[in-house]
Amino acid sequence: MGNSRSFRKIIPPAACLLGFLALWQAAVSLFAIEAWILPSPLAIFQEMAAEWPRLMGHAAATVRLTLLGFAAGTAAGLGLAALLHLIPGARAGLYPLLVLTQNVPVIVLGDLLVIWFGFGVLPKLILLILVCFFPVSVSMLSGLQQADPKLIHYMRMIGADKRQLFWKLELPGALSHLFSGLKIAASYCVIGAIYAEALGSNEGLGFYIRLSSNGWETSRVFAGILIIVLFSLLLFGVIALIERYSIRWKVRKEGGV
Amino acid sequence: MTDFALEITGIGKTFSEGRGAKRVLGDVSFHVKEGEFVSIIGPSGSGKSTLFHLIGGLERPTSGEIRMDGRLVTGERGRIAYMPQSASLLPWLTVRANIVMALTIAGLDRHEAESQTSEWLARVGLAGEADAYPDTLSGGMQQRVSFLRALLSPQRLMCLDEPFGALDALTRLHMQTWLLSLWEADRRSVLFVTHSIEEALLLSDRILVLSPSPACVAREIEVPFARPRSESLWTDPLFNELKLEIYDMLKPTDGRSPLTGKR
Repeated sequence: MGNSRSFRKIIPPAACLLGFLALWQAAVSLFAIEAWILPSPLAIFQEMAAEWPRLMGHAAATVRLTLLGFAAGTAAGLGLAALLHLIPGARAGLYPLLVLTQNVPVIVLGDLLVIWFGFGVLPKLILLILVCFFPVSVSMLSGLQQADPKLIHYMRMIGADKRQLFWKLELPGALSHLFSGLKIAASYCVIGAIYAEALGSNEGLGFYIRLSSNGWETSRVFAGILIIVLFSLLLFGVIALIERYSIRWKVRKEGGV
Repeated sequence: MTDFALEITGIGKTFSEGRGAKRVLGDVSFHVKEGEFVSIIGPSGSGKSTLFHLIGGLERPTSGEIRMDGRLVTGERGRIAYMPQSASLLPWLTVRANIVMALTIAGLDRHEAESQTSEWLARVGLAGEADAYPDTLSGGMQQRVSFLRALLSPQRLMCLDEPFGALDALTRLHMQTWLLSLWEADRRSVLFVTHSIEEALLLSDRILVLSPSPACVAREIEVPFARPRSESLWTDPLFNELKLEIYDMLKPTDGRSPLTGKR
């Protein structure tokens, strides 16, 4: 029942996408557009098949970097949120500074990090952590702040200490907020990884795309983009799946039992 | 000197409020004997919830002291089993896990808490709801779980803060008789805050009537009915006599409803 309904939901966007691709294909051959300006979808797929082993090699590097950065950034974000929440006065003092860090453009940061740390993994990882921690800690912080006052009152009346209040009430209550932050952080992280690889690296999809665009291999650029989009979607899907698994009480409520 | 389950001596509470100070509790003294069911009734805004905050240790009284079983516990938390007006069940825990959590916070061993919870859920006919999440239960059902949670807590004194205030009249009636049957089988010391005179008369051994702010105990009424009690009490002429007596005591001078402060 649920499967056929979600299948029916997929049909309209899928049909639109197919129509768009057909239009693209037709336009390229009809107006005889040069392949280095805009390759046709078919040409892109052909190039992708030919380049598959190389593409996968670079994709693996990108996946590694993204996951590493995402894990480190999430850990940093969670730790920071917990500190700001639990240490009295820390939130008021540091939160504005936190927002300030997000006003520094990533592009400038990337150049600075290369100057300081060279072209290894470290500067890329730092860049990803900087990109990732903010949505995670902000969503986590707001989740922690939004615990139901009635429940806080109850917990205090039965003698819960600050630690119990955090682990039993505030943290589980913040989970759904946390997951929306994680989803944003994941897509930021993919973009950040691509940018870092383009900046200075000899592997990864970012490097591959930059190389291809320098050589006017436009269909390879598109092939790389396609892989990035698919990876980004996959990451998002995995997080959504974990969310559904770990927040079962909400799912039940929305399902109307 | 006998030790009372709860003994409140000369409690006063004043909140500073802008320029001035608001005196909520004047000079409140009363006690709850071991195994006694005491109700507090009073006009709204008479400081009943402040009194509970003090007993629960969330705030310290401006003056006076609180003793439980003879020990001075003023300002200490975790000394009471508590049932608030809203069920206050954690939405991400099942019924069983909610009760177990409260018991372990109260210091019970986890294994012990789990076996007690399962046993009691079955005894009161809630075994089928043990693994349900609170949001899937009706308001009355949630309050039953909330009451059971307080009943199983190891603390000697149970504080019930208008536990049926948010329920519809019929559910409320069922809950009262349900609570009565459970409590009469296992008498704990209970301090019960309510707006309802009938509820207080049906359940309690003694009723304390609070005066409007700053509150103090204006009257103390021994409820003379034998136990076990049932709803048939309502037809008792004495029941109605006492009801009118308390109602008169609570009558305000400005024409508003004495209990809710409305109309």
